[in-house]
Amino acid sequence: MKKAILALADGTVFEGRALGHEGETVGEVVFNTAMTGYQEILTDPSYKGQIVTMTCPHIGNYGICREDVESRRVWAEGFIVKEASRRPSNWRAEQTLDEYLKQSRVVGIEGLDTRALTRHLRDQGSQQALISHLDLDRRRAVEKARTAPSILGRDLVAEVTCRKPYEWKQGSGEWAPATNGEHRSAPKPFRVVAYDFGIKQNILRRLVDVGCAVTVVPAATTAETVKAMNPDGILFSNGPGDPEGVPYAIETAKKLIGWRPLLCICLGHQILGLALGLKTYKLKFGHHAANHPVMDLRTRRVEITSQNHNFAVRELDVSVTNPGQGAEAGKTVRTPFGPVAVSHCSLNDGSIEGMTLLDQPVLSVQYHPEASPGPHDSAYLFRQFVQMMEQHHA
Amino acid sequence: MPKRNDLTSILLIGSGPIVIGQACEFDYSGTQACKALKEEGYRVILINSNPATIMTDPDLADRTYVEPITVEVVEQVIERERPDALLPTMGGQTALNVTVGLAKRGTLAKYGVQLIGASADAIHKAEDRDLFKQAMQKIGLKTPESGTARTREEAARVVELVGFPAIVRPSFTLGGTGGNIAYNREEFERYVDWGLAMSPVGEILVERSVIGWKEFELEVMRDLKDNVVIVCPIENLDPMGIHTGDSITVAPAITLTDKEYQVMRDAAVRIIREIGVDTGGANIQFGIHPETGEMVVIEMNPRVSRSSALASKATGFPIAKIAAKLAVGYTLDEITNDITRVTKASFEPTIDYVVLKIPRFTFEKFPGADPTLTTQMKSVGEAMAIGRTFKEALQKAVRSLEVDRPGLISLQALDQGVTPDLNRTEAIDNVRSLLRTPHPDRLWHLADAMRLGVPIKDLFALTKIDPWFLDQIQEIVKFEQRLVETSGKRQVASDGSSSLQLADLLACHPDLLHEAKQLGFADDRIAQLTGSDKGTIRRLRMDQTTAPAAWSVTYKRVDTCAAEFEAQTPYLYSTYERDCESRPSDRKKVVILGGGPNRIGQGIEFDYCCVHAAFALREEGIETIMVNCNPETVSTDYDTSDRLYFEPLTEEDVLNIVERERPMGVVVQFGGQTPLKLALPLERAGVTILGTSPDAIDLAEDRERFRELLERLKLRQPASGSARSVEEAATIAVSIGYPVMVRPSYVLGGRAMQIVYDDAGLKAYMGSAVRASANHPVLIDKYLADAIEIDVDAVADGRQVVVAGIMQHIEEAGVHSGDSACSLPPYTLDDAMVEEIRRQTTALATELGVVGLMNAQFAVQDGKLYILEVNPRGSRTVPFVSKAIGVPLAKLAMKVMIGRSLKELGFTEVRRPLHVAVKEAVFPFTKFAGIDVLLGPEMKSTGEVMGIDADFGWAFAKSQAAAGVSLPRGGKVFISVKDQDKPAALEIARRLQGLGFRIEATHGTAAYLRERGINVEPVYKVNEGRPHVVDHIKNGEISLVVNTVGSGASQIDSASIRREALQKGLPYFTTMPGAKAASLGIEATLKKGLTIRSLQEYHHKGNAEC
Repeated sequence: MKKAILALADGTVFEGRALGHEGETVGEVVFNTAMTGYQEILTDPSYKGQIVTMTCPHIGNYGICREDVESRRVWAEGFIVKEASRRPSNWRAEQTLDEYLKQSRVVGIEGLDTRALTRHLRDQGSQQALISHLDLDRRRAVEKARTAPSILGRDLVAEVTCRKPYEWKQGSGEWAPATNGEHRSAPKPFRVVAYDFGIKQNILRRLVDVGCAVTVVPAATTAETVKAMNPDGILFSNGPGDPEGVPYAIETAKKLIGWRPLLCICLGHQILGLALGLKTYKLKFGHHAANHPVMDLRTRRVEITSQNHNFAVRELDVSVTNPGQGAEAGKTVRTPFGPVAVSHCSLNDGSIEGMTLLDQPVLSVQYHPEASPGPHDSAYLFRQFVQMMEQHHA
Repeated sequence: MPKRNDLTSILLIGSGPIVIGQACEFDYSGTQACKALKEEGYRVILINSNPATIMTDPDLADRTYVEPITVEVVEQVIERERPDALLPTMGGQTALNVTVGLAKRGTLAKYGVQLIGASADAIHKAEDRDLFKQAMQKIGLKTPESGTARTREEAARVVELVGFPAIVRPSFTLGGTGGNIAYNREEFERYVDWGLAMSPVGEILVERSVIGWKEFELEVMRDLKDNVVIVCPIENLDPMGIHTGDSITVAPAITLTDKEYQVMRDAAVRIIREIGVDTGGANIQFGIHPETGEMVVIEMNPRVSRSSALASKATGFPIAKIAAKLAVGYTLDEITNDITRVTKASFEPTIDYVVLKIPRFTFEKFPGADPTLTTQMKSVGEAMAIGRTFKEALQKAVRSLEVDRPGLISLQALDQGVTPDLNRTEAIDNVRSLLRTPHPDRLWHLADAMRLGVPIKDLFALTKIDPWFLDQIQEIVKFEQRLVETSGKRQVASDGSSSLQLADLLACHPDLLHEAKQLGFADDRIAQLTGSDKGTIRRLRMDQTTAPAAWSVTYKRVDTCAAEFEAQTPYLYSTYERDCESRPSDRKKVVILGGGPNRIGQGIEFDYCCVHAAFALREEGIETIMVNCNPETVSTDYDTSDRLYFEPLTEEDVLNIVERERPMGVVVQFGGQTPLKLALPLERAGVTILGTSPDAIDLAEDRERFRELLERLKLRQPASGSARSVEEAATIAVSIGYPVMVRPSYVLGGRAMQIVYDDAGLKAYMGSAVRASANHPVLIDKYLADAIEIDVDAVADGRQVVVAGIMQHIEEAGVHSGDSACSLPPYTLDDAMVEEIRRQTTALATELGVVGLMNAQFAVQDGKLYILEVNPRGSRTVPFVSKAIGVPLAKLAMKVMIGRSLKELGFTEVRRPLHVAVKEAVFPFTKFAGIDVLLGPEMKSTGEVMGIDADFGWAFAKSQAAAGVSLPRGGKVFISVKDQDKPAALEIARRLQGLGFRIEATHGTAAYLRERGINVEPVYKVNEGRPHVVDHIKNGEISLVVNTVGSGASQIDSASIRREALQKGLPYFTTMPGAKAASLGIEATLKKGLTIRSLQEYHHKGNAEC
């Protein structure tokens, strides 16, 4: 069995076995605590620039299935697991994880104490790291990790966005969330322009599910171009890295807020925040999970959400201290676009998970209502977006 | 939402005795619920007939009724206590059924008692198979095609539609009792009859078989605001067709993609909403077709369950505790996650380890029972293991079972590889046929099949066990082969001293041993494969100068969140990785060893003692460290002790913990035989054993040493001897005189114990039993026929002995003490005899130097007192005695073991109680079609109940009612007894006739009774003509059966009578003292109405504090 090492910028080194493509890779190492969905995670463009550690010890157990992708390729820079299953088992499985990583030229490592690594990242924060199958010298490896470029301020979006616009027509099919009786009625499909900052395909599938016709456009598409397309609604997608790395998107956002209903997800939500004049900050080790509780402060109900972000919107002058008591519910902050209120907050750390603009048709969430991986609790947001477009029309 | 203030008192119903399908998990959930509700300031009223539970400790609830859990009795509790609400979801099927009964009877409405947690409607919708099916259809979910039937004809019509194989499931039964898979019409008819008889409502469901599909379970929680979370997805290694209680189950789910899992999760959320479980936990089972992914809903339990206990232990998310809080109005986001203390309960735990539950079977107890695993649960206990990988968890689980298998040992002597002289084809055919029917040994058969080279594809076809699991098992087997090959390279020196060479070898391959440990291999198993011994492997691993760190154990924490947040609760499991999170404190601490998986002879009673030990130490300010691997128990609640190690109870695993924690001592006397067996090895390894010395334990177990002790004390013992060969046995038996009791030494629950009447019987026995335990001799004792047996529990501190409870068995000596009913105080012994028992017990405890608990068993025959055995440890009866006399014996014993004196603790004497407490055993006979129900020296009961009242008759009647036997108030009694029992039968017949019963008897008994003035109706025996007694039983003409038999042919002839009585749910007694007690019970119930009292009233709460 071929050996491999993982070196962190702070000098910590783990030894393990080589997994996937033989080579060397650098990136910011983060951990994800989801127990299912490794294929969705690997293909989520938001992981551009990052090496992902799965905390669940067996990964690859159900293999790889063509339809379970979130984009056209794997984006994670590297993959760390406790144990990759050699023999997957699932009626849809077509490939093993190892084969898939090799084919995708993704360097991985397995057989290390991923819990120790996770605890280290939790306590010390995410940091640059190197996985190597080629050079097992610890000192050199740490040096390479240390000198790897940081994701702070970098425009990773440019690397993952589509080159030209395209239409999306496919819905979730048999994997659609249970609708619990709410019927979707779409007399005529709403036309939505989706900004691809690194969009996950499930966002597109969910839009189709609720009766939208979607055009995906590159991240640098100007507001004017989109306005000329005259859609019913606009979506700012998720994407990798630091929202401050995409000033052009922030400028575009400023021009589109209020023009048509806007749904912002993850990086899109952070871009909206910056456009509103709020600040963003980097979390110590980010939120990468499929089990995070988020309270909708308007209904006081809790959604179990899928999350994947390293940055978050920092509120200007309202401190979120006690999410359980709802102290911040109803509190608003002035912005050039009118007052903004926190609509959702994390029950884990109180951070902002959603905003509403009181005077503008904008829905914005930090988490992933499209799930994939993760629970379908927040699928209602897509229906709310449709309602918003309906109202806007009326 | 904050908690409800419109409620002040809440009634909680327990689950009663431990039976197959309903075990300690409901003590765990009930105890959590009690604590949670008390914490919120509610007045808690509890009813549970099982005295061995923590929940029935008088300081847990405000009012504790140890009374039968029947609609009538619960109604009296309600009338007396006027609770505002009833929480029915904590006591398993028992509590649900009684609640449905109370609702139907109008009791809840009459007294204005609200149901919280689940409404009567929701319970009905989930439990009624037709309504459930309709509900699933309504929300667009599939269930296997099925139909209900109340007659054979209806069943035949349904099976036309669903086809074969078909599953027959009786409605409203527990643990799938009476359920079967029918492959043909003949089987079908048989199973339909049995199923209709087993269902309390005479209804069965005939269902399309989804045998071989993958099985999954989700544990779901819901709060009043309709927030829903899934606590844990569980995947069964065994496919559909094997009851989930008998399945090996794994968390997290392994072979579902996120897409598939989320569809299942959505379904679960919609099911809990549609069924209308308002708050709390539910368990939902799904089947998935392995090739198409088609999903069907199998069933839902609208309550906490065995699986929810497992999910709680597997994740650290305390389902029952949270369910109780949700029931009184809290929402999930208002409840703090105990483990992280910073996050909330409204989240879904994520785990970074693998949990594996494995069932423990005891088919050796029930010769004649079919060990095939099917839709009816047959296991009596379970072990859970946690590892960082499936392979590690599996191997830890296997050794947690304590079946003398340190790993996936070969059952076909293939451990060292396939030898050339083996007929491979034959061996493969053999193992394939073993695998074709699911059997408790399937894991081992699989490993052997792999050793023989059977491909995974074939194994999947044979077993329908998912190839992922098969592949993991194969990895273990392959690694074993590597170990064998590598160690085969070394030359074994002629003098056998190979340890040095093994050390050299391992030093050359340091990764090999590390990998072995990571794969979960026990030192013992490594030794087997490398031709060494476990001590050598351990020394090599622990060698401070040569062993790499990777050879030493590390501990990780169970934290609900895969390390995303810091764990505040030290709930630990071992693995072999880089990081150790045990962080032992430097406090004064004690390690308590638990009892491991439940089995017959070692169950909840021992867990009760361990929990009390932890409570006592906490009161004394000493840190408590619990080690156990039974997920059902209160002891493995992370709240019970300061630190919890969820680990197998083997020498290796315990030593690892002791070496890490460095406690002042280890407690072995509370967990039953499991920790007791470890006493000597631990002491040899330098560990301090608290309380009675391991030497004294050994003395009491060692026949020869014990005999010398009795001689010294001039105490009487039945004549005995021990034999290592058939010849020796025969000589001894003749010198003692038949009948004799024979048994192997060091056994639990009377395993392999028999009464032998002649040479032929002895020879037959020696043939099987000596093989059963080759290392130990066979013990032969004079059997004291018709003697009264006595059980005594005492506490001693080294200076003083207090005899806490003297129990008179109701069944005669020869029936295993665990299977015998007993009365405290004794109900026929005179004061002088009681005094003599007390004197001898004291002398024994003093001489043995007992510090802690001691149990002694005596027999009285013809006015003479004999000592049968002494166990210087906590016994099965400790909780019963504690509840009967109102003194927490185990707690006192623990305090004594750390140096307190009984005098200091204020426990120096026990006065004879003014009430009578009767313990009755509960048997799993209905689970094993075709076996005889006669009692003997082999223990067969799974649990116990207590009846308590002012007089013996009522206490006995209550104990019967609690055990599910409702004594008749009139009708016809059938009596058929062996000759020497006829005088006793006369007394019973006379009493019952006086009470208005009619008497029916077989001709011998009838003649005897008629001659003595009893008006008796004769009836044919089964082989004498018709209509015979079984016809009468079948026709419902009989209300009580009294039947004793000698050995041999008459036993077989009359088995159908007992079997039929069992199937009909008729009270039956197979011993005269039992029948006599029943007649006294009937007399009492006819003369005086039912009265109930709480334990607090019996013991004037406050008296018993220590």
